[in-house]
Amino acid sequence: MMRFTHRARSSLPRAVALLTFVALAAAGVAQAQPQSGIVRPTTEPSTPSVALGAQLFAGNCASCHGIAGSGIKSPRPGAGDIPGAGPSLHNVGALAADFYLRTGYMPLGSIHSQPGPEQERVLFSENEVRSLIQYVASLGSGPAIPRPDPGSASLSDGQSLFLTHCAGCHQIEGRGGFVTGAEVPPLQNVPATRIAEAVRIGPYEMPRFSTRQISNTDLSSIVKYVLSTNRPDNRGGWSIGNLGPIPEGLVAWWIGAPLLIISCRMVGRRRRR
Amino acid sequence: MKPWQWLVALLTMLRRRARRPRGGGSGPDIASGATAPPSRERIVPAGAPDRRAENLVLVLLGTASLFALGFIVVYDQFSSGALPDQLLGICLGMCLLCIGGALTVVAKRLVVTEELEDDYPEADPEQQQEIVEMIHEGGSRFTRKRLLLGAGAATGGALGLAAMTPLVSIGPLWDTGPLDRTPWHRGLRVVDEHGAPMVAADVDMQTFYTGFPEGANMEDLGAPVVIIRLDPAKLELPAGREDWAPGGILAYSKICTHAGCAIGLYRNPLFPALEPNNALVCPCHYSTFDPYTGASVIYGPAGRPLPQLPLMIGTDGYLRASGNFSGRVGPAWWAVREQPT
Amino acid sequence: MSDPIADPVRFIDERTAASPLMRKSLRYLFPDHWSFLLGEVALYSFMVLIATGTYLALFYDPSTAKTVYHGSYTPLDGQTMSAAYKSVLQLSLVDKAGLLMRQTHHWAADIFMVSLVMHLMRVFFTGAFRRPRELTWVVGLTLLFVALLEGYLGYSLVDDLLSGIGLAIGYGVGLSIPVVGGPLMLGLFGGTFPGNTQFFSRMYIAHVFLIPALLATLIVVHLALIAARHHTQFRESRRTTNRRIVGVPMFPAQLPRSLALMFFVVGILFLLGGLAQINPIWQWGPFEPWQATNGAQPDWYLGWLIGALRLMPSFDVTVGHWTLIPNPFWGGIVFPTVVVGVLGSFPWIERRLTRDRRVHNLADRPSDAPNRTAFGVAFLTWVFLIFVFGAADRIFVLFGLSYNVQLFAFRVGIWVVPAILFFTTRRWCRALQAARATEETREQAEHDVRHPQPARTGSG
Repeated sequence: MMRFTHRARSSLPRAVALLTFVALAAAGVAQAQPQSGIVRPTTEPSTPSVALGAQLFAGNCASCHGIAGSGIKSPRPGAGDIPGAGPSLHNVGALAADFYLRTGYMPLGSIHSQPGPEQERVLFSENEVRSLIQYVASLGSGPAIPRPDPGSASLSDGQSLFLTHCAGCHQIEGRGGFVTGAEVPPLQNVPATRIAEAVRIGPYEMPRFSTRQISNTDLSSIVKYVLSTNRPDNRGGWSIGNLGPIPEGLVAWWIGAPLLIISCRMVGRRRRR
Repeated sequence: MKPWQWLVALLTMLRRRARRPRGGGSGPDIASGATAPPSRERIVPAGAPDRRAENLVLVLLGTASLFALGFIVVYDQFSSGALPDQLLGICLGMCLLCIGGALTVVAKRLVVTEELEDDYPEADPEQQQEIVEMIHEGGSRFTRKRLLLGAGAATGGALGLAAMTPLVSIGPLWDTGPLDRTPWHRGLRVVDEHGAPMVAADVDMQTFYTGFPEGANMEDLGAPVVIIRLDPAKLELPAGREDWAPGGILAYSKICTHAGCAIGLYRNPLFPALEPNNALVCPCHYSTFDPYTGASVIYGPAGRPLPQLPLMIGTDGYLRASGNFSGRVGPAWWAVREQPT
Repeated sequence: MSDPIADPVRFIDERTAASPLMRKSLRYLFPDHWSFLLGEVALYSFMVLIATGTYLALFYDPSTAKTVYHGSYTPLDGQTMSAAYKSVLQLSLVDKAGLLMRQTHHWAADIFMVSLVMHLMRVFFTGAFRRPRELTWVVGLTLLFVALLEGYLGYSLVDDLLSGIGLAIGYGVGLSIPVVGGPLMLGLFGGTFPGNTQFFSRMYIAHVFLIPALLATLIVVHLALIAARHHTQFRESRRTTNRRIVGVPMFPAQLPRSLALMFFVVGILFLLGGLAQINPIWQWGPFEPWQATNGAQPDWYLGWLIGALRLMPSFDVTVGHWTLIPNPFWGGIVFPTVVVGVLGSFPWIERRLTRDRRVHNLADRPSDAPNRTAFGVAFLTWVFLIFVFGAADRIFVLFGLSYNVQLFAFRVGIWVVPAILFFTTRRWCRALQAARATEETREQAEHDVRHPQPARTGSG
């Protein structure tokens, strides 16, 4: 059931089109490290338990997060020859464990890569994920998994809050983007709970927003807005990615210009030899 | 030859070539030239009729009319969301393309495509010479040509200047002071985007806030600041700013010193041991500023650090400015001064 | 019995004496080649811009006064915004056919610039700018750059998030002009960014009257110059020479062709406007100077400037605490000035380098002029690479290529790639030339064998 193959980025074939950058692409891909397999107990119980979580944690997480989640501050040899270093997981709660395991951000292929879009693959079974969440939650008094309620929230508040706090990195339609030193994931097809968790955690380079800054009501509004970007109001027709002028320019040059040239050639004459 | 003579000559020549009689006056006899006897040579050569092409044109024009009517129907039936805007575009676009198609058939199959020759027009040195002579001779009565021309030019310039003067009213052209002014001064409270004063103790680490001077115009480029809290022990602010960041709370202008976009991106590592350090980033050209060292430029095209606003915490716990920015706010200009007023 | 053609002709001629001119115009010759129609495409796009723009002006409100939106679009319900943005929202979302007109207007602007650039490349690579057509070239180039400004003002008027960010950058670039930048921008904006309450009225009158009038004048001058000197033609047969033009007459052959092209262009623009969404301003939301979004970009025709701004290394030219030349000046002012300067003076540069002062009515094939073609390819590649770097952040998001690596690669590549292309293009052109010369010698020999000498002397 579990596949350990590293999922190739689906956008890679498109990169081939950009012949100019093929050399650069090779350099970029070379950074990704192969993923080592998941270590499992030989006989795994069929129901989630803290004990199973502890076993899985010791086998797969402790090399970076330390024994019982105490953290490792600077890189040092972990499991095998892979250097390990990671934050303490005391008091991060079920919230953080749920976010990182269900997005597939953890376990990380390399400590030097960004947990995020590159790592998106869930390596644990549902049973194992639940066990790990229970175990991590037991390591302190961290927050529970948030329950945003977009149903009763305000879309308009969400839009303006998103603009103020999120759009700088995630783009106003949540299409993702770039911050120097980090990739900003797009937010399409991200479940409401994941969005709320990310706001409270601030994974990787993202700021962390407390309930004092963004109340749970506001958070629900933001979630509602982000969910709405899955199906934005594209009443103008073909949305071309909701990215603004870049795809529009591509359409002008790759669809508009050829149509115009075809028109010219229908009307005018070709060169005679 | 004068141009009109040239035109007439050309016309005469063409008419002669067409062997058409020069009509002396008006009258119905000329008008009936359309039904001239076949002995006359045509101007536009004859071609065989093409009824199938004509039928094609009729079909295309008919289709175009249907699309045009369709446009009206769609418009009439259209209410927000009932029928998509796309139908309007398809109707109008297809109508126009059908007409274009009909005209293409006309061009390719129904009118005669002649390939004619003509001379390229050429420059005429004789007439050039005449123009030059005319201008010289026309001005031959002037004795002090240079002086008069100079006076004329000077008057023109003066009138031009006078005509341009009202444009000065459009803005503070002479006073560049607005570029140097900000609404901040010592003691002013920092408020959030809803106007609520910010309490210093409520400023969290790991996040960023947008602050404004209380009561000021929020749209003023000198107004918005990005507020963050960092570990005071790790700050390496420039000399003289030791007390600008009470409790590690820093305020920098939110307007990029490169081209004036908002610094809407705050990089905040969750695990600083491995991840890129804190930075304020502009999304337009990716100028990146290090908040630990007074927002010095660490990446991107900006040439100056973000100006820092000195802060203090009032006895009431509110965050207040303790002075004005460390440098001119916003994109740089020639002669930008280090300290704003 | 009256003739429906003869009567109006007589009526007009009796009152204007214009028959000689009309007679001549109807038989004005058009050398026939599809690439000569690209300028016409631009002309028809311009007509669409005028027509749709006039329609939009019936609804637009150039006011920055703050209002609260309560409309059908829920994500912005209750938000404070300028009256300008609100009027465009209303036009796009409520008024019938408003969105079609707005999108067609925007596509027409993008396509106008596309056709201008294609037309420019055609003229450049065929050497059609040479004597006696240097003025036509300069007027056309002016048209292109005035149109850039017109487009920028157009999308800035909407006052959505993207346009506000674009205006801020324009303000920053304007400020960077040494000595005059500060007073100039304060004057134009009526104060510091985002400007006083009259600023939008100023942009509006410039966008709907001043600049369109200037563009229309330039177009008329451009066309008048072409008519005065006639079009260039390719050397296609023994009849087409530097002194004799061969082509189809305006009437009857060219008229339906040009009209067909006009309907095609307008049709394509309305199809794009109806089917492909452009600048969905309701999704961007209103702008405030302290707000930002990732991936903010100008329309494509200004992309080369954002690329140049992003590529510049970080420095301001300063003396002590005084700034002399701020950074955006290089990418935002110097770079486009260099491009305009090189293109604008190219007819004279080439004339000086080749010492060729003759009148040229015959268009070159690109391979006929290896140096010009090589330079053109290199120069356009230089501009194009800088343009591509303007989208480096999206290239990173889409393809995962590190921005930093791209920055480094482009800083080197914008110099190296054009240099390589210059030499390879020149070699390729020369090879083509040599191959053609061989072919022509062979054909001439065959021709001579088939037609003995006297047959070739009688032409005139």
